Amino acid sequence: MNLVTIAIKSIKQRLLSSSLTALSVALGVMLMVGVLVINGVVSDLFSQPSFGFHLVVGPKGSDLSLALSAIYRLDRPGEPLPYLFYKELKEHRAVEKAVPIAIGDVTEQGGFPIVGTIPEFFDLDYAYNKPFRVRGEYLKTPWDAVIGSRVAATNGWNIGSEFKLIHGGAESDHVHDEKFRVVGVLAPTGTPNDRSVFVSLAGFWAISGHEKPLKEAVDRLEKFRYPVPQSLRDKAEKPKKVGDAHAGHDHGHDHELLDEQKEVTAIFVRTKSTAASIGLAGEINEDVRAMAVNPIFPMKRLMTMIVDNIKLMLLTLTSLIIVVSAVSIFVSIYNSMADRRREIGIMRALGARRETVFTIILAESALLCLGGGVIGLLLGHGLVAVASPIIEFRSGILVNPLSFEPLELVLFPVLLVVGSLIGFLPGLAAYRTDVAAALSD
Amino acid sequence: MSGRFNSAYWPDVGVRFTSITHGGGMSLVLDNLKKSYREPGGGRIPVLNVSRFELQTAEQVALIGSSGGGKTTLLNVIAGITSPDSGRVVIDNVDVTGLNEPSRDRFRALKIGFVFQTFNLLPAFSALENVLLGMCFSGKGTDSHRATDLLTRVGLGHRLQHRPPQLSVGEQQRVAVARALANHPSLLLADEPTASVDIANQNTILELIRDTCRENNVSLLLVTHSPDVAARFDRIEKLSDFNRPANN
Repeated sequence: MNLVTIAIKSIKQRLLSSSLTALSVALGVMLMVGVLVINGVVSDLFSQPSFGFHLVVGPKGSDLSLALSAIYRLDRPGEPLPYLFYKELKEHRAVEKAVPIAIGDVTEQGGFPIVGTIPEFFDLDYAYNKPFRVRGEYLKTPWDAVIGSRVAATNGWNIGSEFKLIHGGAESDHVHDEKFRVVGVLAPTGTPNDRSVFVSLAGFWAISGHEKPLKEAVDRLEKFRYPVPQSLRDKAEKPKKVGDAHAGHDHGHDHELLDEQKEVTAIFVRTKSTAASIGLAGEINEDVRAMAVNPIFPMKRLMTMIVDNIKLMLLTLTSLIIVVSAVSIFVSIYNSMADRRREIGIMRALGARRETVFTIILAESALLCLGGGVIGLLLGHGLVAVASPIIEFRSGILVNPLSFEPLELVLFPVLLVVGSLIGFLPGLAAYRTDVAAALSD
Repeated sequence: MSGRFNSAYWPDVGVRFTSITHGGGMSLVLDNLKKSYREPGGGRIPVLNVSRFELQTAEQVALIGSSGGGKTTLLNVIAGITSPDSGRVVIDNVDVTGLNEPSRDRFRALKIGFVFQTFNLLPAFSALENVLLGMCFSGKGTDSHRATDLLTRVGLGHRLQHRPPQLSVGEQQRVAVARALANHPSLLLADEPTASVDIANQNTILELIRDTCRENNVSLLLVTHSPDVAARFDRIEKLSDFNRPANN
């Protein structure tokens, strides 16, 4: 038997009130752990230090929106770029590899974002020195699809599974008739690629309704200062005949779109050197047609301006909850001191020093805080486990309930200090107990 | 009785103190002991004025006193729970009144066993744990084997894990006796130990205390207001015979 076991006995003696006070700490810690873990995941996601490419090129507009839509698939894509722009960019002297993507649709099952791209997409590492790994094969035919690990797990898809797309996002009810077939499943990457479905760009364009109306295509080409073939201009001027719509047709034939009709949402560019990317970005951004963004910068801005502030706010809030819990522990222990006067008197009569009874009260308070902290830690990760599917559904951010934030370790020394502070005044009351008076109560 | 005061080191307490050396085996000496309490009006009420009291090693004394006569105060002063206004309490040649409070606490844990009228067991602790608790504060560590042995000797070997509310009144007092002897004390102070138990248990408890003290060579100072209880002792002292507070 030692002072800690005496403190534990004392806690057990007032089980209900001890449990309730520990629970209040646990709830505070649970919320704090939840905030830390989710925030950590969001921070990691948006603070990716490098990508397999240097620049993402898209239409003029918000660089943050471009990064969120093209890389994280969290935002709606902006106006598309002509395919001819991609072809031009690909030939630039500074470019080592340029990979176009087309996004906007989602899977009918699960609402996962569709990324139309070319097989070279998978040549770009998803993070520094981290190449994609696939079970099966990459995109070969127009109706092939490679799915992220999360898509496979959630939808129960495997190689050979077939699926349809919803046009324009989950809130649309226009389901395309064309079916894609899974030919590869990516190994987990911990990036938005896990919840993405990659289809052949050729197939993406071949879907009915994805082809640009000729009039718009002509206008876009003119805006981008590309020469418009006379044949295309003539076709665009012709009134559309009834029955020309492709809706309802199967994909047994190719649309045979002209390059002038094709569009891409964004282009990932790996330059021959990092320095070259700076020059290329400057060159593209001087032009009025498109912009090039190193995604690290807008994401850092997002982190600093929004995510970090939200984190600070939530941490402040949860800290206040813990403070309130701490006060309730203090009240509980302090109120119990009157009932425990005799108990303390007995211990003192048995030879316990003033410091000893003070330490017992302090240990009791610290144990309640630490016990509540451990329960809160478990509940916090449980909360994340419960919340992660909802977060994923609503924001597309994958949260692993077992993710551990180093700051969680700091919680325990802090709780120990808080526990000691809480126990100080009741401990002092125990320290000052008049033994003779306590025994005669 | 005359004594010789020396400076010595008592390792169990870990402090230097003034000891008094007697010619024979003296367990307890009260020397010119005075204690009074402050009145709300500012005056003082004298409670103790003991010029001399001695208890030989392994001696058993019944101390009779009327209610409010200062019996409990006397025991508290002897145990070092309450400090006297003046005078000296010497236990096993150690001047307890000369020790500082932490040393006095440690001394109490090691050398004095206390049996209370209301047992003062901790309800959340089992019988065994209550005995171990007595050892816990001695600084010597706990000895489950000895605690079990003591409880077995007081007839509670089969109820080690029972908590006080699960024990009868007589059994609770037996646990208190075992706890009081846990640290091999040289002096056992018993404050009306049979006042809360029925007649049948009175005898049992009383004999238990006396027998265990005898077996362990422990001096016993038992305070009672009952002449029947006192009659069992060879030496009976009336508190009023040697405590004259009015002379303060």
